[in-house]
Amino acid sequence: MGNPNSGKTAIFNLLTGMNLKVSNYPGITVEMRRGTARISEEHRVDIMDLPGTYSLTPESMDERIVAQHVLHWMHGQDKPQAIISVVDAGNLSRNLYLTSQLLDLDIPIIIALNMMDRVRRRKQNINPETLQKLFGVMAVIPMSAREKWGIVQLKEAIIDLNIKTKVSLGMKLQIPDAINDKLLLIVEFFQKKCGYSKDLALGQSLRAISRKSAVDIYQEQNIISGEEIIELHKLRDKAASVMDELGMNHKILEATIRYDMLDRALVKKNIIIQEEVQSVSRSEKADQVLTHPWLGPVIFITLLYVIFQSIFTFASMPMNWIDGGVSIIGNYFIQIIPPGILRNLLIEGVIAGVGAILIFLPQILILMFFLTILEDSGYMARIAFLMDRIMNKIGLHGKSVLPLMSGYACAIPGIMATRTIDNWKERLITILVLPLMSCSARLPVYTLMIGAFIPNKQVMGIFNLQGITMVVMYFLGTVTAMGIAAIISRFIKEKKQSRSSFIMELPPYRIPMVQSVIRQLFIRGKLFVINAGKIIMAISIILWFLASFPQFETNGDPITIHKSYAGRIGHAIEPLIQPLGFDWKIGVGLITSFAAREVVVSTLATLYNVEDGGDNIIGITEALKKDINPDTGSSRYTPLVALSIMVFYVYAAQCMATFAIVKNETNSWKWPIYMIIYMTSLAYLGSLTVYQGGLLLGYT
Amino acid sequence: MSVIPLNSLTTGNTAIIKGFTDNAHLQSRMVEMGVLPGVKVRMIKKTPFHGPLEIKIRSYHLSLRWEDAGQILVS
Repeated sequence: MGNPNSGKTAIFNLLTGMNLKVSNYPGITVEMRRGTARISEEHRVDIMDLPGTYSLTPESMDERIVAQHVLHWMHGQDKPQAIISVVDAGNLSRNLYLTSQLLDLDIPIIIALNMMDRVRRRKQNINPETLQKLFGVMAVIPMSAREKWGIVQLKEAIIDLNIKTKVSLGMKLQIPDAINDKLLLIVEFFQKKCGYSKDLALGQSLRAISRKSAVDIYQEQNIISGEEIIELHKLRDKAASVMDELGMNHKILEATIRYDMLDRALVKKNIIIQEEVQSVSRSEKADQVLTHPWLGPVIFITLLYVIFQSIFTFASMPMNWIDGGVSIIGNYFIQIIPPGILRNLLIEGVIAGVGAILIFLPQILILMFFLTILEDSGYMARIAFLMDRIMNKIGLHGKSVLPLMSGYACAIPGIMATRTIDNWKERLITILVLPLMSCSARLPVYTLMIGAFIPNKQVMGIFNLQGITMVVMYFLGTVTAMGIAAIISRFIKEKKQSRSSFIMELPPYRIPMVQSVIRQLFIRGKLFVINAGKIIMAISIILWFLASFPQFETNGDPITIHKSYAGRIGHAIEPLIQPLGFDWKIGVGLITSFAAREVVVSTLATLYNVEDGGDNIIGITEALKKDINPDTGSSRYTPLVALSIMVFYVYAAQCMATFAIVKNETNSWKWPIYMIIYMTSLAYLGSLTVYQGGLLLGYT
Repeated sequence: MSVIPLNSLTTGNTAIIKGFTDNAHLQSRMVEMGVLPGVKVRMIKKTPFHGPLEIKIRSYHLSLRWEDAGQILVS
């Protein structure tokens, strides 16, 4: 457990290596991270990484999760053997606030004093023994996850848990006399009705007075009976009003008392020299440029352009390799498997389909690479800082920036990331517009269309037409998202909840750890390939089936695609999509995209391969270029059609998994349905405008 | 120096927190992060059009919205 930005997850990763499992808390799609750590030859322990939090009072959704766990521990349910309290050594008092709350729980604690490398660089030091005696914890382990030292000692401390005896707390909470008796009533309540120890009851009482939500959580979790809740509320409200009458601020009671104790103790024991606000850190100097009023945004936008252009440039070579590899495998199977249904299934269904997706992995990895660097370096927080003003104007939150930008990789983790936004309205709107941020699954579609049909020309000297088209597509999605957000925020009534706040720590800039970037890429890449791969495999096979059957027995000649099941569906919707410049084959692609967007690429691969009836795997690009519209006699795919397709994909409601997540996060079917309606309308209108508008203007 | 809201503090200046305005609704969140009466803060940066501002407090950097900073009283 620990503050956000304390390096908690890095330590968790170092302890568990690759032995971790990331899943979701039931019903609310918050990440649950559990893993196994090998702490010695014989010893293995299970570790759970809880979301970062500043205190045990439930504020955001993340913190509520932590508070729920803790509440259950207080009542003897699922109590852990020990807690590793991760503390950022450069920020002692704020980090130790949480630790001081954890002390009440009567669970052995090991303080992982992380980021000691930064403290030492400032020529300071912290005495772990003094700290240990003060807090009465099992051990204090100075360490640096970044420089990878201290882990061994941490593991040893875990092993030693069984043999060490507990030391008692070296500091004391001081309660003002004026409220002592009111407080005691609540303390007694907790002792009698909940069986808490004196210390725990005291801590909980302070918290209850300070925050109503601390009492509400008892009700939510059904920990005590209805009458007891009412009694607790009464006691609590009485204490709060007494304080108000005396001119004391009850809302800051717990924090005032705890920080008072911490600050006095830390200074008295010389654990820290008085924290200095005067000193100017290197990060601060960097920020003079990076969050400069106009230089900051300029740098940010330039960075965005660099990222998008890189995707095109650096991905082409690996893409060719994958292309070649897939062809080789396909041809190999042609040699060794006799002609027949099985061979057709393998080559035309499975291999062609999967191959077309693997080809785009390089681009996706490059995008994720940049996103991870931005996050790990701390620059993401600056982006949120710069963007808050604008975000606020359109009904979103500065913290919406991170989830929205994650939407560029995949909407699903982006939607899950909105849990850090406290205000329900701002969070909902962020979720609703997130899918408009062109996710990486759209990249294959864009790349295919741009690569095949947008000429590779230079415009205005330095800009490449292909690069610009790509940026325009992303821009379109982004700008529309902002517009829709502003519109929706007028219509949704503000639910009676505390107004959102933008209180965010700007962590010091760090150089991202290469190992953790690679690990992230590996995990995300694997997730994309597996999640997309599973669906695509299934869809490819179904599609191959739809496109190959019914097979009329005409001496083994493959039926022409028009008469297959797939063709029939495509033909059926063709009148609807003709005004957009689409034909029935694209129609089939649109339908399969509902499973996953990038599937359209493999759908087209399958359709063209099957139609061709040949033995070689034809590159999709070639097949598209050669497709002639029987009615007009000219190419079916023109730059205008390509644009129309891309615009459709910018907006269309596809990818069922997204809507499943939205349903989970918003706890209703209402919102996913609204999303499907508004996005489909946007897609149709958008494509219509582009295609018909283009025709009117004389383009073909 | 008299008591002023935090968002009036000149960039570069240091002040001490005195308290919160009566209707401050973010106090609970802020105090848990150590933003308490008696603590020193330094105004690091303000952004145009009453955008968020950045302060240094207890050796870390915090960004706050302009309106929210108005609820913190310093001198």
